[in-house]
Amino acid sequence: MSTTERPEPGEPRRDEVDHDTVPPARTGLLVLAGVLLAIPIVALLWTSSYSRVEPRLGAFPFFIWYQFVWVFLCSAMTYTAYRIVLVARPRRPMTGHDAHLPRARRTDRTEGQA
Amino acid sequence: MNGGLDGVALAVLVVLFALVTGMGFWATRWRRPTSMESLDEWGLGGRSFGTWITWFLLGGDLYTAYTFVAVPAAMFAAGAVSGFFAVPYTIILYPIIFIFMGRLWSVSHRHGYVTTADFVRGRFGSRGLSLAVAVTGFLATMPYIALQLVGIQAVLEVVGLGGGGNILAKDAPLFIAFVLLAAYTYSSGLRAPAVIAFVKDILIYLVIIVAIIYLPSKVGGWTEVFSAAEAKMTAASPADGKPVGAFVPGAQAHWAYATLGLGSALALFMYPHSITASLSAKSRNTIRRNASILPAYSFVLGLLALLGWVAIAAGTKPIGLDGKPNAQLVIPQLFEDMFPSWFAGIAFAAIAIGALVPAAIMSIAAANTFTRNIYKEWLKPDATPQQEAKVSKLVSLVVKAFALLFVLALDKQNAINFQLLGGIWILQTFPAVVLGLYTRYLHRWALVAGWAVGMVYGTWQAYEVANPRTGTSHFGGSLAQIPVIGQLGYIAVSAFVLNLLVAVVGTVVLRAAKAPAGHDETIRGDYFADEDDPRVVRDLDPMDPATPRH
Repeated sequence: MSTTERPEPGEPRRDEVDHDTVPPARTGLLVLAGVLLAIPIVALLWTSSYSRVEPRLGAFPFFIWYQFVWVFLCSAMTYTAYRIVLVARPRRPMTGHDAHLPRARRTDRTEGQA
Repeated sequence: MNGGLDGVALAVLVVLFALVTGMGFWATRWRRPTSMESLDEWGLGGRSFGTWITWFLLGGDLYTAYTFVAVPAAMFAAGAVSGFFAVPYTIILYPIIFIFMGRLWSVSHRHGYVTTADFVRGRFGSRGLSLAVAVTGFLATMPYIALQLVGIQAVLEVVGLGGGGNILAKDAPLFIAFVLLAAYTYSSGLRAPAVIAFVKDILIYLVIIVAIIYLPSKVGGWTEVFSAAEAKMTAASPADGKPVGAFVPGAQAHWAYATLGLGSALALFMYPHSITASLSAKSRNTIRRNASILPAYSFVLGLLALLGWVAIAAGTKPIGLDGKPNAQLVIPQLFEDMFPSWFAGIAFAAIAIGALVPAAIMSIAAANTFTRNIYKEWLKPDATPQQEAKVSKLVSLVVKAFALLFVLALDKQNAINFQLLGGIWILQTFPAVVLGLYTRYLHRWALVAGWAVGMVYGTWQAYEVANPRTGTSHFGGSLAQIPVIGQLGYIAVSAFVLNLLVAVVGTVVLRAAKAPAGHDETIRGDYFADEDDPRVVRDLDPMDPATPRH
């Protein structure tokens, strides 16, 4: 049940969507968001890349100020990833009293929009 | 410095404390629900908090008073490895929770889950695995609550309270503070810490920003701060001749630094109190948006860590009322020495109130876990939402009473040891919860086996850690040699890897043996649901009062 039905143009009947599927998404964008989220994790876990005193920023050792800089970089990357994910996977509303069941198990296929 | 009562600071502290107590009781009327008699209302604030309330609530919840006391204390006593790792830890935390918390929120919204054990129960159809997750969460939270009391105690001790000869006078202030906290948590539920979190976070920001601008100039500037820290950390310790600590982690400490950060970041959102604050958000995107604004607190935590080094330059002498040196007192003592009394009072209030918010949320979260996953699951399956709320409220009192007893009756080192173990334990629920959000490949019994192996291994390793400098032969720290790699690393991470290995191998075996997988009540779409999507109606039992109305 991994394929989604392409509805006809216009408003699809809500209960025709099989909700036991992953809502469609643009994979390339999801990967991009994943990379943005992975960068700060890799950068900060790679301790040997920044555990040194020089170059200082003012009095601050590199080790200290470098990690402070990552607070801002990570925040920016997470926010960018958030905006990308919103575009990558548009919301697919779940309506109908039986939206929680796989389509095959629904009893009342003619139920209209809830 | 010691012994004398600082009247002005105490007065400011008492006034601010009274203010938040009033707010705590008033909170029951804030965003008033039609009824408080359900876990959704009492335990999750109606699942209605927007981006900013969630920001204050999660910030108030995760960055606890104990953190504010312990992180600079570690910087002061042992340097960058055991102190500053809190910074990378709380940075990488947010990309990590961004990835999975949306899914957990969505599936919990659809199925009315209140705890991670609820989710595990629904996903794997396994009461045993769910119980393991619940018990771990409960056990890991208890010492954490106790440590919030240690945070308050540190402040009271520096103000000069709690030095009375008899036990009543000694512990009365702490006792009163906790009774008040218990009372308004009982009546207002999660709304109380949500309201108090505003005051707490604003005070914390204010105090730390003032401190970081004002204090270094009093001790000769940042250059002096860093050279004093470097001198202290690189000097030989009289105990064993090795350097006292780390100014910058040396090559032998890189694994330790990275695994402490990673393990803590993976573990933090497995704690019930983090989940409670996350699930109280009103939409799937509330949490994801918060992942990019919560690092503001990480920045402040980094500044606070540096105050531990400012204290070195200032020559702060953290000595307890019992006359023994106690690094935990370093930040309150620094404030007491350097700030005018009235501002020291504000700073103490920030720490003390900072203990109340997490303590309240933790006790609510522990109570919810008990109610949902032990009481309703094993003792009274037909409990109504009203009964659930009632049990949860009572358990929140019991949990706090226990924490108080723990701190007052036992040596507080016990609380610290158990907290250390709690961090190791809670990470062992990660495979079932987070991997479970993505796949049902891992078999429920294999997950139980992995969890058990991780728990035993982690506990054993932590028990074996000796610390010759403090003269302890067990629970001397959270680092041990990583098998295979041979470097020192965070025990929780080694146990976690072992846990995963057992779970994967076990799954292969169990699948080959055709062991039955449990029933999964979730569908794929549930993991992407948002606030407008209806809750699943339990089709088998339309009369179930737990069934929500739509």
